[in-house]
Amino acid sequence: MRGATHARWAAGAVAVALAATGCGGDSGGSSGGGDSGAVLSSSWGDPQNPLEPANTNEVQGGKVLDMIFRGLKRYNAKTGAAEDMLAEKIETTDSQNFTITVKDGWTFSNGEKVTAKSFVDAWNYGAGLKNNQKNAYFFEYIQGYDKTHPDDGSKQTADTLSGLKVVDDRTFTVALTQKFSTFPDTLGYNAYVPLPQSFFTDHDAWLSKPVGNGPYAVDSYTKGSQLSVRKWDGYPGQDKAQNGGVDLKVYTDNNTAYTDLMAGNLDLVDDVPAAQLKNVQADLGNRYINTPAGIIQTLSFPFYDKAWNKPGSEKVREGLSRAIDRDQITDTIFQKTRTPATDWTSPVLGEEGGYKEGLCGDACEYDADAAKKLIKEGGGLPGGQVKITYNADTGSHKQWVDAVCNSINNALDNDQACVGNPVGTFADYRNQITQRKMSGPFRAGWQMDYPLIQNFLQPLYYTNASSNDGKWSNADFDKLVDEANAEEDTTKAVEKFQQAEEVVRDNMAAIPLWYQNGSAGYSERLSNVALNPFSVPVYDRIKVS
Amino acid sequence: MGRYVIRRLLQMIPVFVGATLLIFLMVNVMGDPIAGLCGDRECDPATAAQLRREFGLDKPVWQQYLTYMGNVFTGDFGTAFNGQEVTELMASAFPVTIRLTIVAILFEIVIGITLGVVTGLRRGRPVDTGVLLTTLVVISVPTFVTGLLLQLLLGVEWGWISPSVSSDAPFDELIVPGLVLASVSLAYVTRLTRTSIAENARGDYVRTAVAKGLPRHRVIRKHLLRNSLIPVVTFIGTDIGALMGGAIVTERIFNIHGVGYQLYQGILRQNTQTVVGFVTVLVLVFLAANLLVDLLYAVLDPRIRYA
Repeated sequence: MRGATHARWAAGAVAVALAATGCGGDSGGSSGGGDSGAVLSSSWGDPQNPLEPANTNEVQGGKVLDMIFRGLKRYNAKTGAAEDMLAEKIETTDSQNFTITVKDGWTFSNGEKVTAKSFVDAWNYGAGLKNNQKNAYFFEYIQGYDKTHPDDGSKQTADTLSGLKVVDDRTFTVALTQKFSTFPDTLGYNAYVPLPQSFFTDHDAWLSKPVGNGPYAVDSYTKGSQLSVRKWDGYPGQDKAQNGGVDLKVYTDNNTAYTDLMAGNLDLVDDVPAAQLKNVQADLGNRYINTPAGIIQTLSFPFYDKAWNKPGSEKVREGLSRAIDRDQITDTIFQKTRTPATDWTSPVLGEEGGYKEGLCGDACEYDADAAKKLIKEGGGLPGGQVKITYNADTGSHKQWVDAVCNSINNALDNDQACVGNPVGTFADYRNQITQRKMSGPFRAGWQMDYPLIQNFLQPLYYTNASSNDGKWSNADFDKLVDEANAEEDTTKAVEKFQQAEEVVRDNMAAIPLWYQNGSAGYSERLSNVALNPFSVPVYDRIKVS
Repeated sequence: MGRYVIRRLLQMIPVFVGATLLIFLMVNVMGDPIAGLCGDRECDPATAAQLRREFGLDKPVWQQYLTYMGNVFTGDFGTAFNGQEVTELMASAFPVTIRLTIVAILFEIVIGITLGVVTGLRRGRPVDTGVLLTTLVVISVPTFVTGLLLQLLLGVEWGWISPSVSSDAPFDELIVPGLVLASVSLAYVTRLTRTSIAENARGDYVRTAVAKGLPRHRVIRKHLLRNSLIPVVTFIGTDIGALMGGAIVTERIFNIHGVGYQLYQGILRQNTQTVVGFVTVLVLVFLAANLLVDLLYAVLDPRIRYA
């Protein structure tokens, strides 16, 4: 679940048209106890991939999985802490071999018992190359992954991970290839949920009507237009749904969803369009929520390009960072739905989880004079100009890239210092990145998979990590991350990770821009609406009156 | 007539091949679609290679095109990246867009031609000036402005309609979107009909018909209108294709899950199979509509004969 690309923000023209007529919403109304049988409707986007747990890597599909599945762990909607859900206990003595016991009494909504085998089969499926699962890399630390998912793309020589063993009905063991002390905390991710046998025996039928073990069960699914889930009365967990169900409706344009909310046609919009942020207080009043999410936006650099990777380059990068007036941009363009970043993680981790406000220090403070001085010391901008590359099809990227460039130009007193370089589609943008065609800084957004500091550092800055798009490589950083992963005490592990983060800072491997918030608006019928750290509404807690 | 139709059908083959080839190449030039499937992360190389193999993207372009065309002739339009067959997408999208197009064309015919006849017969009068001015406004305002304004006024402020169309998209919900979609063409139809009527009203055959003592409505319907409709029919005929493929903006505003929606999604996700498949069908619709228009000429004007 990454890449905040789900946000489809339309052009300003829409804003003008809507603002001109001033869509008014009336306030007041009652939000009482709630009717546990009532169904609410919510905006949705067509999932990019089939709705398989190990194949869903974006928010829209993740939303559904979050309703119809429960895994070993679940992240607390408020604190982000990983709490036991189906796991009775997860034991280890060496941070490498884990024994997992599944709670008794859990079933899928079709009546099948959730056993250790349900997990092991699901994980083996996710790790199998022939199944084309895009989240397969979540299983890469489990022994035998190199056999089920050969790196060179050749035929897999095993169908099961040798590191997974079913001990009895409720117990299985996991053997990892390396020490990974926070492994149990990653198990709240969707890729790790159990699957019923029908998933394997009648795959097509399962896909057209997925069966899970969560508080909701799928009632009907019309691909591309609507998915309805209803409360599952037999749900054995504590977090039973507080409403009768949810109708997820596909919207091509989130402006239409917002209009539908205004007209009383829709109950919940979990992606308020940028163009509406100015009106949202007047339209919705306290029925608008804007809470931190585990998303950070940064500017990455092409370290494979000599011009950006020579002695002194870190000064140029730091200078650029100091030339960006983050406060002004988050206030004017994002209407405070972003917070200026002062480290490379996210506030949703909390102090204990590794978020450290101000870790970036001066390097993230706007100071035009310091910026000029640093860039001069570093040998000036490569080629005399920076081009910030971004994809223009989703998000409101153009607006903020232009604003960042403006800020840099003003700080450096040079009209030509920075220009935006739009790429038409996201796919093409990703192509140019993987083919190492970037010639200057480029947009990088990161949405966490699980609320751990490890997830904000290792995939992005470790040598050859999967999302290390700039191909930055630093032996000190790698060593600190390895040590942190081997550390059995969580507090100490977090400290190690923060030391690694300081290496990122000292080299300015990426310029942190801002933390992204999740936003949602809802109708008067609803109460108790909240977003979790993944900016997905906590549907099962919503009360409908 | 029969030979003419056969000749036209044969002419369609190169047009069809050329159009699909162009679209195929254009979508291909956009680059490797697999890269966009894994979010802001590089797909792991093994899975990416596997997906490329599965979608045939590892082959040279000409081979991809030949395989694709071969499959199309057996009715297999391929699979979209979300695992749905393109034919399945078509089955859900085309009925919706066809309904929308029917509504739009009806608006064009009923309102457009009526207004055209009325204004054409009353040249220079207040009615004529008024309608001319209105059409000018409609032509100059972009569709998305009309669409958003109507949606806001009728949907939110007055609450007459629902601002978005439900997934079944029945005819009654498509009236406003259809009007928006038709608005610009409607204005053109009015103007075309008006000019044509005004010109022919001075024709000798009209004077003869009036002199014969035929009733006025008969003169207009049987003689004047029939002769004046040729340019209008051409316009409406070619408009069918344009409306079906060009409904992207309207479909987005009213959240209609039709052809425009699928094309938009397909382009964003660089899904060759979806885009080429839908465009292929649209090309066929264009060609068929054009042929139909040419045949209609002969019906409207017996002087035109095809051999």
